[in-house]
Amino acid sequence: MTPIRTVGRAALRLTRGIGAVAIFAGRGLGGLRIHGLRALAVQMLQIGWLSLPVVGLTALFTGAALALQIHSGGERFQAGDVVPAIVAIGMVRELGPVLGGLMVAARVASSIAAEIGTMRVTEQIDALVTLSTDPVRWLVTPRLWAAILSLPVLVAVGDIIGIMGGWLVGAGSLGFNSATYIANSWAYLEFWDVASGLIKGAVFGLIVALSGCWFGMRSSRGAAGVGRATTQAVVAAAVGILAANFALTGLFFR
Amino acid sequence: MIALHDLHKSFGPKRVLAGVNLQVGQGESLCVIGQSGTGKSVLLKCILGLVQPDRGQVTWNGRPIDRAGFMAGFGMLFQGAALFDSLSVWQNVAFRLRQRMSDAKARPIALDKLARVGLGPETADLMPAELSGGMAKRVGLARAIADDPSVIFFDEPTTGLDPIRARAINTLIRDIVTQTGATAITITHDMDSVRAIGDRVALLQGGTIVHDGPVTRMADAPALADFLGDGVAK
Repeated sequence: MTPIRTVGRAALRLTRGIGAVAIFAGRGLGGLRIHGLRALAVQMLQIGWLSLPVVGLTALFTGAALALQIHSGGERFQAGDVVPAIVAIGMVRELGPVLGGLMVAARVASSIAAEIGTMRVTEQIDALVTLSTDPVRWLVTPRLWAAILSLPVLVAVGDIIGIMGGWLVGAGSLGFNSATYIANSWAYLEFWDVASGLIKGAVFGLIVALSGCWFGMRSSRGAAGVGRATTQAVVAAAVGILAANFALTGLFFR
Repeated sequence: MIALHDLHKSFGPKRVLAGVNLQVGQGESLCVIGQSGTGKSVLLKCILGLVQPDRGQVTWNGRPIDRAGFMAGFGMLFQGAALFDSLSVWQNVAFRLRQRMSDAKARPIALDKLARVGLGPETADLMPAELSGGMAKRVGLARAIADDPSVIFFDEPTTGLDPIRARAINTLIRDIVTQTGATAITITHDMDSVRAIGDRVALLQGGTIVHDGPVTRMADAPALADFLGDGVAK
C-alpha cells in the first residue's frame, strides 16, 4: 500500500499545484483595467524593448549557424540550395520562438522573481494589502500581459534578424546570390509558419512571466529565499517553454 | 473598539497564539511587548487579515471585521518601513490617495503629511533607496497617516534606529496619535517606545496575554518584572 499511497499523494500534490497556478494565472490575467495601462506600458518596455538586444543577437548567430549547418549537411545529398528556405522555416516555426523564449526566460523570469521576492521579504506586498491594493492586480497583471504582448513582437523581430543572419553567411561565404537568397527565404514561407511561431511566442511569454511572478510571490524570507525563488523561476520557465513547444508543435503540425 | 476573541494560530507543530483575548478602546494606545519569536507580529497580522487565525475572531466596534472597510480606515507603519522601491517618496505617501484623486491634488496632501513628520519638500522626489533608516521610517509614518486613519498600527517602530532617532520617532508617534485621536496598536520590545507611546501595555508570552495594564503601573506588575529583569520596568 505504501508505494501506491506515495504515488497518490504525489499526484494529489501535483494536481493541487497545477490548480493553484491556474487560479493564480486566471486572477492575474483577469485583473487588467484601463488605469493599469501605464504599468502595462512600463512592463512592456522592461520585458520587450530591453530584451531586444539579447534576442536579436541570439537570432543573428543562430540563423548564421543554421545556414552553415544546413549547407554542410545538405551538400551530402546535393540539397545545398535549400539553405534559404530551411533557415527561414526553421527560424519562424521553431528556433525564433524557442530560443527567444529561453533568452527572455533567463533575463525576465529571474528579474521578475527577484523583484517580487524582494518586495515580499521587505513586506512591500503586505504594505500593498494594507493600502487596499490587490498585489496580484498591481504586480502580476501588468507583467503577464506585457510578456504575452511583447514576446510575439520579439519573436517576429528575432525571425527577421535570424533570416538575415543566414543571408549574411549564405551570401557572404557560401556563394549564394544575395537577391536570390532573400527571394527564396520568403518564397517557401507560409502564413501558418509565421503565425504558429507568434502564437508560441505569446504562450512562452505567459510561461515566463507566470513563473517569475509565482515563485516571486512565494519567496521565503531572506536573501537565500529570494535567490531560490529566482533559480526556480528560470528553471520552471525554461522547462515550461520546451514542454509547451513540443505540445504546440504537435497541435499545429501533426 | 478593536477586540480579539480567543485567537489561535499554529504553524505546523509550532503553536504561536494559544487563545489571545485583548481589547483596545477608541483613541487608546496599546503596546504589545514580548520576546522575539513569541508571535507579536503574527498577532498583528491576524488583526490586519494578512494571516488567517486557526480559531477565534477579531471584531471592530462589536462586529466581525469587514476587511475592505477596515483596510480603508487604518494606517500601518512597517518594521522596515516597506516603502515601494519603484515610487518616489511623495508617491509612496500618496499611494492610497492617488487611487481616487489626481496627482495634482494628491501631491500637496503628501507634502503636508511629510511636513508633519519633519521632512521638507526637498525629500518628496527622492527614491526610497536614497533615504536613511530614520528618514524611511518617517516616510512610512507619513504614508500611514496620509488618509487620516482612525486606527494606526506600528510594527517595531524603532528597530534599527540609533537611540536619538528612536527617541525622535517615539515623540513623533506620540504627537501624531494625540493630535489625530486615532487608536494605536504598537508591537515593540523597546521599553522607551512603550513609555513614550503607550497608554496600556500587554505582555505576550507562551501564546497568551499574561499581563495587561496601564503603562503608568508597569513597575507594579510582577509579570513585567520577570520578563524585563529586575528594575528595568521602572
